[in-house]
Amino acid sequence: MAQHHSSNAGGASHQEHGAGGHHGSLKQYVIGFVLSIVLTIIPIAVVLNDLAEGTAALVILLGTAALQFVVQLLFFMHLREEKKPRYNLMTLLLGLVILLTIVIGSIWIMQYNQVYH
Amino acid sequence: MWESIKEFASEFFVTGDPLIYGADVAIALTLVSIVFVLTYFKKWKWLWREWLTTVDHKRIGIMYIIASLLMLFRGGVDALLMRTQLVMPDNTFLTPEHYNQIFTTHGVIMILFMAMPLMFGLFNIAVPLQIGARDVAFPFLNALSFWLFFWGAMLFNVSFVIGGSPDAGWLAYPPLSEMSHSPGVGQDFYIWGIQISGIGSLMTGINFIVTILKMRAPGMTLMKMPMFTWSVLSSCVTIIFAFPILTVTLALLFIDRFFGAHFFTLDGGGNPMMYINLIWMWGHPEVYIVVLPAFGIFSEVVATFAKKRLFGYKSMVFALMSISVFSFFTWAHHFFTMGSGANVNAFFAVTTMAIAIPTGVKVFNWLFTMFRGKITFKTPMLWTIGFIPCFVVGGMTGVLLSVAPADFQFHNSYFLIAHFHQVLIGGVAFGYFAGLYYWWPKVFGFKLNEKIGKWAFWLWNIGFYICFMPQYVLGLMGMTRRVVTYGWDTGWWELNLTSTIGGFLMGIGFLFQVWQIMHSLKFMERDTTGDPWNGRTLEWSIPSPAPAYNFATVPVVDARDPWWAEKQQREAGRPAAPAAAYEPIHMPGNSGIPFIKSFCWFLAGFGLVFDWLWLAIPGLIGVGLCMLAHSFVYDNDYYIPADEVARAEAESRGAVG
Amino acid sequence: MSTHNMHAHAHASGAGALHGAGADAHGHHDGHHDLEELRTFGFWIFLITDCILFGTLFATYIVLRGNMNGGPTPHELFEMPGVIAETFILLTSSFTGGLAVLAMNRGLRGGLIGWLIVTALLGLSFITLEVTEFVKMVHEGATISTSAFLSGFYTLVGTHGLHVSIGIVWMAALILQLARRGITSVTRRKVNVISLYWHFLDVVWIFVFTIVYLMGVM
Repeated sequence: MAQHHSSNAGGASHQEHGAGGHHGSLKQYVIGFVLSIVLTIIPIAVVLNDLAEGTAALVILLGTAALQFVVQLLFFMHLREEKKPRYNLMTLLLGLVILLTIVIGSIWIMQYNQVYH
Repeated sequence: MWESIKEFASEFFVTGDPLIYGADVAIALTLVSIVFVLTYFKKWKWLWREWLTTVDHKRIGIMYIIASLLMLFRGGVDALLMRTQLVMPDNTFLTPEHYNQIFTTHGVIMILFMAMPLMFGLFNIAVPLQIGARDVAFPFLNALSFWLFFWGAMLFNVSFVIGGSPDAGWLAYPPLSEMSHSPGVGQDFYIWGIQISGIGSLMTGINFIVTILKMRAPGMTLMKMPMFTWSVLSSCVTIIFAFPILTVTLALLFIDRFFGAHFFTLDGGGNPMMYINLIWMWGHPEVYIVVLPAFGIFSEVVATFAKKRLFGYKSMVFALMSISVFSFFTWAHHFFTMGSGANVNAFFAVTTMAIAIPTGVKVFNWLFTMFRGKITFKTPMLWTIGFIPCFVVGGMTGVLLSVAPADFQFHNSYFLIAHFHQVLIGGVAFGYFAGLYYWWPKVFGFKLNEKIGKWAFWLWNIGFYICFMPQYVLGLMGMTRRVVTYGWDTGWWELNLTSTIGGFLMGIGFLFQVWQIMHSLKFMERDTTGDPWNGRTLEWSIPSPAPAYNFATVPVVDARDPWWAEKQQREAGRPAAPAAAYEPIHMPGNSGIPFIKSFCWFLAGFGLVFDWLWLAIPGLIGVGLCMLAHSFVYDNDYYIPADEVARAEAESRGAVG
Repeated sequence: MSTHNMHAHAHASGAGALHGAGADAHGHHDGHHDLEELRTFGFWIFLITDCILFGTLFATYIVLRGNMNGGPTPHELFEMPGVIAETFILLTSSFTGGLAVLAMNRGLRGGLIGWLIVTALLGLSFITLEVTEFVKMVHEGATISTSAFLSGFYTLVGTHGLHVSIGIVWMAALILQLARRGITSVTRRKVNVISLYWHFLDVVWIFVFTIVYLMGVM
């Protein structure tokens, strides 16, 4: 049960291949954290201060959420560092396509299938 | 006190039906005799060690297949009961209530407890061998998948004698399936049986994707994989994205029933159409999940029995993967008539038509493979040749149904029933039978009798057309599905009579298959070469049955159809490679956790069905404890020493290789 | 195809010796497959399936959220201060989870366990706030059976909360294993996996926060 002592947390060292393959640096995590905070504050400010409404508000809200999702993927989940073949990325993209189909497809179809409420 | 026990029992057990009392007796007798046999022959430890705790994909595959064939029997009996009821007008063989239960259980069993496990069984017995691997990526998870299926199926089947079967159709549309219209426990058995089993399916999807992507033998690039393996990959991709939808939809229905929520209720702002939307979002991909591996089997069988490599490998791969993804874009064609309007219907009509194209490509490729091949009509090839016209016609009626305006005539008529049975039986069932016959020698080490097999095939094939062709006409004549009877004045009875005869022919075909298995067990025509069909892919390069470790040495691949290529080289007189040195082989250890954890799910499900929280909560806690226990297990694997491998190889190889 | 032997990884062919799973430092067993990498990949796929699960719950919520059945509306029910606090707590826990992984990559078992404990405690605070919110709403008469909107709300938000709760129990179990076994290729993979899980839950919360709460009070 060897202890791995890599020389630093940032670079990929030989021992880190395979399961240990993901290395962020402290810098990455801090930047990600700060970006996430900013991307959270913006929509809160917009909504609580009524800074936008209708489609504009929707775009800002969903946009900041999507951006934060990307921040998580890149800075915390190290998606960029995946080696080829990039199966993780492929699965994610296909999954997102289907997720959007489910959400948007449901909204569209159910528009015509409303009940009295 | 006695009174309240009697009252409880009369609700708890299904009463008042002689057929069910008969089933009670049969079940009790079977259980007692199993316990007796195991005890008399002192086989309890053996059962636990060799089967209940195995993580070997070959064993798990066998268990899936046995379970699915038993379920085929029950689903088939359901079918014949229905056909008997419909053989003539104004028949009273079955009450309407019974009829509802039977068509419900027939559908659930055939799709979820027959086709899916049979498919997973074929995945397990063939894929690791085809790719030159020693097991799947996650053997423990594989075992868990099987036992979740087993206990989920048990839960569903138990409703037959305890509490009452569900009766709201195989997809349980609300509001009929809500507490307001189905207050009994049958509907909850439905939910939990399918839910528990469905988790297993999702896990298998993940397992085989990782196995196929990551565990292929060196040199076997994706584009050198056998076509069955590609079909499994495409099916699993569909599984992982479709099954979560089913999990949520069933959960929401249960939350409605158990907590009084209003997702799909008629009151409180609920919307039953959302259920229909969601369930078909799963339901349509589901049928492609089951048919894609059948396509894969046909590709293997056609190439093997025409002694010709598969035509159009690349386009076959492309077709499989496009079907896999596109199956998520067609679901609304199942409810064209339910009010979504022209725009929605037009969109889905087009996507539905489009998805027929890649399948058409595949059919042509199979035909081109057979063209100028040297065809031998062994049983697997018979099923394949039977499939082609059958499935093409079924597919064409599917395209007819996809024309949304026309579907307003066809929907929920016998035309629809004929269509889906044609593609499911002609495509899925024929395909899985072909696969079963094809790989049977590899799994069990003996061949199935060809003569009886031919009889079984023709009974099924002819019986199929006699059963279902009249149903297209009946649909056009106006007969709707799920009617318990019809009048003399409808003019439907001759066709119904014909259809019933066809159904019984298929039933006799099934009996021939059973006879074939028993006969072959008795007369034991052993497969001594490991390669009874002169096959093309790696599974035929090892002995039958395959040894525990599959491959003594990991094969290195450099072509498609690597075993065929190897045989060609040997025939051409190329010197055999020097005998490889054996190394210790790493093997995953057995575990009792999958069996126990799944049983805990059974208890939890049973408790939730009857609102017995005193059972449900401990059951769920048991599930959690099993997961924690497994997390703390670190040293459960072992190595087979090199000399043991050498010994096993020397014993079994003989004429092989 | 040739039948020559594949060069087994030097670590794995413990020539003839029968020994337990003790994965060597790289998790290689038969020379081909890095078991720990397989498991990490398998878990990633599972997370994508969980995305679909939540996606379906979101679709249901969005479709049904206008159906109040005369009952309480989001405006009346949602109390943003608590929700905003939950959001920052969970986001911070995602960061501390990352700090735990960093400590692990530097071989610091103490740091790893310490930051995992902080993460779990933050998660526990999140759950406490959420349970308090639910209990309050129930007392105000907004239950899961009040309306389709509330059925969707409790199920979507509750499913996320259930995932977080399971994650906390899992984290505790992992901390025990780390205390006992230290940083090995197996425990390393387990930490990476739970960290992926935890980040995933934060992503889901971002969308819950946006679609349920922010859009609800807009």
